[in-house]
Amino acid sequence: MPTSTITRHHRFGYRDLPTLIGRMSGDEKHEPSAHSTLDVLWVLYDQILNVSPDRVDDPARDRFVLSKGHGPMAYFAVLAAKGFIPVEVLDTFTDADSPLGTHPDRLLIPGVEVSSGSLGHGLPISVGIALGLRAQGLTTSRVVCLAGDAELDEGSNFEAMAAARAFGLGNLTVVVIDNDSDTLGWAGGISARFAVEGWATANVYGRDHARLSAALSVHHDGQPSVVVAHVEPPAEAVA
Amino acid sequence: MTARPFAPRLRVFPTEGRPDAQDRIEEVGKTRNLGARGEPPVLETMRDRFAAVTTELIDADDSVAVVLADISVDAFESVGRRHPDRVVNVGIREQLLVSVGGGLALTGMRPILHTYAPFLVERAFEQVKLDLGHQDVGAVLVSIGASYDRAQSGRTHQAPGDVALIGTLPNWTVHVPGHPDEADLLLRDAVAGSGRVYVRLSDRANAAAHLGRAGRAVTLRKGRRGTVVAVGPMLDPVLAATEDLDVAVVYAATVRPLDAHTVRAAVGAEPSVVLVEPYLTGTSSHAVTDALRDVPHRLLALGVRDAELHRYGTAADHDRAHGLDPAGLRRDIVRFLELAP
Repeated sequence: MPTSTITRHHRFGYRDLPTLIGRMSGDEKHEPSAHSTLDVLWVLYDQILNVSPDRVDDPARDRFVLSKGHGPMAYFAVLAAKGFIPVEVLDTFTDADSPLGTHPDRLLIPGVEVSSGSLGHGLPISVGIALGLRAQGLTTSRVVCLAGDAELDEGSNFEAMAAARAFGLGNLTVVVIDNDSDTLGWAGGISARFAVEGWATANVYGRDHARLSAALSVHHDGQPSVVVAHVEPPAEAVA
Repeated sequence: MTARPFAPRLRVFPTEGRPDAQDRIEEVGKTRNLGARGEPPVLETMRDRFAAVTTELIDADDSVAVVLADISVDAFESVGRRHPDRVVNVGIREQLLVSVGGGLALTGMRPILHTYAPFLVERAFEQVKLDLGHQDVGAVLVSIGASYDRAQSGRTHQAPGDVALIGTLPNWTVHVPGHPDEADLLLRDAVAGSGRVYVRLSDRANAAAHLGRAGRAVTLRKGRRGTVVAVGPMLDPVLAATEDLDVAVVYAATVRPLDAHTVRAAVGAEPSVVLVEPYLTGTSSHAVTDALRDVPHRLLALGVRDAELHRYGTAADHDRAHGLDPAGLRRDIVRFLELAP
């Protein structure tokens, strides 16, 4: 029996996202490519994460942590498309009484697991969430944390990277959106930094839904994993 | 009249004269003799009690976890073997220590986060602000080291500003126990709740515990010429300093929130109040003035002075330098209350 929630889920697809973003930005011509995170967020919510608007408090749900909290319009658009927030709320973006601002607040939006904005907090918190799930025997739940390449400048990420490997957090996946925005650059690439800490790594083109989905579906037993989603270089540059 | 410059009072650590607070503190720990029969007594510190109580709570409650950063790890070794998922040592990573606490709390657990005060509160302050407070999740932060328990280690291991910093954040409870028995009670109370609690432990302790209902201040002595509010381990130095003075003494082991009712009730016809805190001077001044908002009053705040000594030595040396030894306290209290010395 289809519920109204499920009906609402299926009302919007990937092609609707620019329009939904436009309700926040006031710009009707938004292309998906203008948002580095949009494809990854869509694939996660459409195919990967075990979450739904009627199970936001289910202890066994997956946890998605948007660590890179700025520029969250793509996130809000996906949450609206999937029924976590009414689409009309998008029109109130950044109003004083709106639940939506330029950084997400978990107290204001159902389904937002972590309030973010200051960089370098999401991954360390995700380590704690992954430990908490494990301690409670919630072995089927996974934690997916989305970070940015420049966000990795924050040293707190490296505290978390080393610990996640040592703790064997196979339930933790980090998606790094690499849009070459890091000021000093990452010699050897981002995934090399995770690899040296013992993480399973994958590099994919960040607009290729099938490859993103495949990379995000791999289960790594007892080992945290990172998927580096390259959005700047052309598709063929990424193996 | 201008304030006396601070520097001249720092020239020397006086070593002559009256027994200092540290001597008395070392007497205190003997209230619980952990030594075998016939052996010298082993002093039980608040830190010891913290480890014992936390171990008990972890054994008893599946939601309780302790997160460590290479400090006090030995004390949790055995409970860690029993509950490896709930005794987590992240290594020397204090930002991660606090963030992991936030993550654990987000899954419904009750985390206890522990390390030295400067590393717990100052180094990881944004994590305390955002990963706990902004997420609106609870945790119990338990620090050791206090303002200068390890004076010989220098400034890096001293945190006189910790309570002031936590005080800038909304919805925190701050306990400053003055005795292992108080630490025990306050820790259990904190873990049983769901809020954000900072428990500031110290090697320094009073001779006796003053156990009231958690959070309540206690009026220990009545007097007519003024009221001294002593916080945590400052109680015994205050009692010694005011032994023969006609002043009321109120003891508080919880400063956020401060028990305004008890403070207000203790301040009688002579509304001159001296606040004595074992950390940065004036940290709770606003809480006292708020408690006395309906009565014109004078307030003298005493505590660790806003200057860096660049000295080692003992905690007692630092007490003297900051005027927090009984002699220094007496000097300032007598002058402020215009009593005969």
